[in-house]
Amino acid sequence: MRKLFAAAAALALGLAAGAAQAADKVKIGFVYVGPIGDHGWSYQHDHGRLAIEKAFGDKVETSYVENVSEGPDAERVIEKLARSGNDLIFTTSFGFMNPTLKVAKRYPKVKFEHATGYKRSKNVSTYAARFYEGRYVIGQIAAKMSKTKTVGYIASFPIPEVVRGINAFLLGAQSIDPDMKIKVIWVNSWFDPGKEADAAKALIDQGADIITQHTDSPAALQVAEERGVFAFGQASDMIKFGPKSQLTAIVDDWSEYYVNRVQALLDGKWESTDTWGGFAEKMVVMAPYTNIPADVADMAKKTAAAIESGELHPFKGPIFKQDGSQAIKEGEILDAGTLLGMNWYVKGVDDKLPQ
Amino acid sequence: MEILEAILITIVTASTPLLLAALGELVVERSGVLNLGVEGMMIMGAVCAFAVSLTTGNPYLGLVAGMLGGVVMSILFGFLTLTLVSNQVATGLALTLLGLGLSGMVGEGFVGTPGVKLAPLPIPGLVELPVIGRALFGQDPLFYLSVVLTIGTTWFLFKSRAGLIVRAVGENHGSAHALGYSVIKVRYLAVMFGGLCAGLAGAYLSLVYTSLWIENMTAGRGWIALALVVFASWLPKRLIIGAYLFGTVSILQFHAQGAGIGIPSQLLSALPYLATILALVFISRNRAVARANTPACLGLAFVPDR
Repeated sequence: MRKLFAAAAALALGLAAGAAQAADKVKIGFVYVGPIGDHGWSYQHDHGRLAIEKAFGDKVETSYVENVSEGPDAERVIEKLARSGNDLIFTTSFGFMNPTLKVAKRYPKVKFEHATGYKRSKNVSTYAARFYEGRYVIGQIAAKMSKTKTVGYIASFPIPEVVRGINAFLLGAQSIDPDMKIKVIWVNSWFDPGKEADAAKALIDQGADIITQHTDSPAALQVAEERGVFAFGQASDMIKFGPKSQLTAIVDDWSEYYVNRVQALLDGKWESTDTWGGFAEKMVVMAPYTNIPADVADMAKKTAAAIESGELHPFKGPIFKQDGSQAIKEGEILDAGTLLGMNWYVKGVDDKLPQ
Repeated sequence: MEILEAILITIVTASTPLLLAALGELVVERSGVLNLGVEGMMIMGAVCAFAVSLTTGNPYLGLVAGMLGGVVMSILFGFLTLTLVSNQVATGLALTLLGLGLSGMVGEGFVGTPGVKLAPLPIPGLVELPVIGRALFGQDPLFYLSVVLTIGTTWFLFKSRAGLIVRAVGENHGSAHALGYSVIKVRYLAVMFGGLCAGLAGAYLSLVYTSLWIENMTAGRGWIALALVVFASWLPKRLIIGAYLFGTVSILQFHAQGAGIGIPSQLLSALPYLATILALVFISRNRAVARANTPACLGLAFVPDR
């Protein structure tokens, strides 16, 4: 069903993208996995696209295809963009990895940028954001603000990205208060406002007084607002949905990276690279700290600054796994490989990781 | 006790949209029409309800708009399948695609804006009952409406003359036509009732469940409603069991996860579907009853020959 819809949408938009061409402009295409109206992941990527338009004005021309499902459809959509004369194509979901590489092979002159993947080639770069840095900061805030010492965490799918976020959050919380507990509910969906709201209600009913999430809609924040508990926004600043409950939000900000990459293309200096940016690269930005005392906000700012400068690393040892074994010794930092493939919980998570 | 009450309240919220949408589809299918566009009508109901309640500030106007949104979609479906006699399955699928796309366009300006919530309407006295009071008598008006509609539909289909005609049209449209009933007119009305209920279900999502608008926010609930109708073997009272069982297991599995019992979450997520299918298959195991309740002309086109 969904695929059929995506195909229809892709076809229509692809045609539209193909029709509007100008000869001398640099053309940039985007492929989104969701609707830009999701107010989350795809919405933020589209912000990046708009930033390119703003920065370069008449020199560039951008187009996008939304609602592209991760499968055979993706290859067709990417190929269509490549054929219609785009010079640089951003494919913004993990599942677009292989289709992007395949198309890139057939169109060696076109440059590709794939988000959150790990396979590169001469004309394919990868980029991702270190959201866990932000999760560490909100973990600390949660520990300061919670009275029941229990945090409710609404998670999507048990992939390393999400597990890493849960671990970073708890490590942050435990750095303030070692007794902090975390309850996890997997909704097995990136996007289902109803389920996310139900999960938030269940967590609050079970005694969580702080809600955080790794799913895409503001529904959980809205529930928190109604029930009078605190919560964090996800992917974009969601303060409008929780004026009294949002403490801050981890905002994905692709603007600077996108503008830099287009600049490199215009200068003829584009090369295949791998970027994993966090606070330092401004890919991860904290929304304004709201509803919290000044000293907690100061602490959060200090932590964020320390992570940005490299002085503090959320995954610096000693870290113990859930089963009690030591993951890393004191003073050492988990390497990128372990982080990218993380499939275990740190000690203190009140949940069994689905395998 | 408190947690039990909280769970009950959440279960009611999770089940009501399913019940509403399924109830409409049940009447549609009883008249012999298979409308697979429930999801599309629902999402249009959601976006219309949200847009109107936000611009006017009145959630009740939003409700009306939601119903209208669903009805307009269903009339389109009726025109294509009943008047132009197009294929019902293909048209229903197209209606879903259209609804998802169109709602995204209509709702573009409303993304990222908190909406107006339909306030609960507690029934004085009864709401103070222990445990069940707030869950059953402290709810929003749409929940009461869903209960009234279910009872009303049962009465209508099985106790009223008009309901008998609807069933006759779904059972054997040739005979109904020969008896002088307007098959097309009856089916139009049934399809519109289906649209109205789906619109209400959508409005429930964007006004009560979560007062916000996001594309695709129905997230497949229209399809679940469709499946419920079949598993309930076209009987409204079984629909209540199905919808509430689904809602109950969905909510309980969240609580089980939150409590940290070590069952894989993928299995728990699948539980509502499994439990509902098993239960409904069990109560529908009498095949004679099931066959008797399946509208014989379901999905068949009707072209009156004079």
